[in-house]
Amino acid sequence: MITLNDYLWVSGLLFALGITGVVLRRNVLVIYMALEMNLNAANLALVAFSKFNRIVDGQVLVFFIIAIAAAEVAVGLAIIVALFRRKQTVNVDELTSMRL
Amino acid sequence: MNLYAILFWFFSIAMLLCGALVIFNRNPVTSAMFLILLFFFMAGLFVLLEAFFLAAIQVLVYAGAVMVLFLFVIMLLDIKATSRRQFNLLALVGGLAVAAAFVWELALILSQPMQPLATGTADLHGSLDQVVKPLFTNYMLPFEVTALLLLVAMIGVVLLSKKDLK
Repeated sequence: MITLNDYLWVSGLLFALGITGVVLRRNVLVIYMALEMNLNAANLALVAFSKFNRIVDGQVLVFFIIAIAAAEVAVGLAIIVALFRRKQTVNVDELTSMRL
Repeated sequence: MNLYAILFWFFSIAMLLCGALVIFNRNPVTSAMFLILLFFFMAGLFVLLEAFFLAAIQVLVYAGAVMVLFLFVIMLLDIKATSRRQFNLLALVGGLAVAAAFVWELALILSQPMQPLATGTADLHGSLDQVVKPLFTNYMLPFEVTALLLLVAMIGVVLLSKKDLK
């Protein structure tokens, strides 16, 4: 019998993997991919709660999160491309100044 | 051990393995491929949770649009795989410490079973009309604001892609 706690464990472990990836990696694109993993972990937690509490609002919120995450990825990748045009690097240790 | 439990453990363990392979991989294209696989396993978990519309949206938008955009940018920037393992020991220890603290906190919270809400009475079958009907009644304002946000994001992307940003 799979309970809500099992789904939340999976979501939490995926989130922990995501933040490990954000802190660990030096390539800014892989950091961004780990951020997407974080968002997906939150989506899984929301859908699990929506099912076990028998409310539909969790799924509606996941719909919004997916739409906003898609917009955020577009803008974030545009920023990364603009940064790469300036600095010619994707190593986050060298992208240390706020001036473009 | 019924089929539901078997599928749940298969999807969960495969998803976590894919997640580990995303971050511990030297080639960013391989990381992106494992992230796509992760999204497919996540869609499988959504189907197990009877959120069928969201599973379809997850595959279409996340695996189909967001990751394709990622791969476009990786190919455009022509990122080479990091040749040797650059070990930033401080980053590794810090990352594992943060993850360990989070997992410990998770174990504290999930040591007792979660009680379901008393107000939940919906007969959820995760179909399109059940998920979308609140979108046009209760959540009309966030819906319109999200549309505006997508417009702003599109303008921002076009502006950021200009040759000189002065």
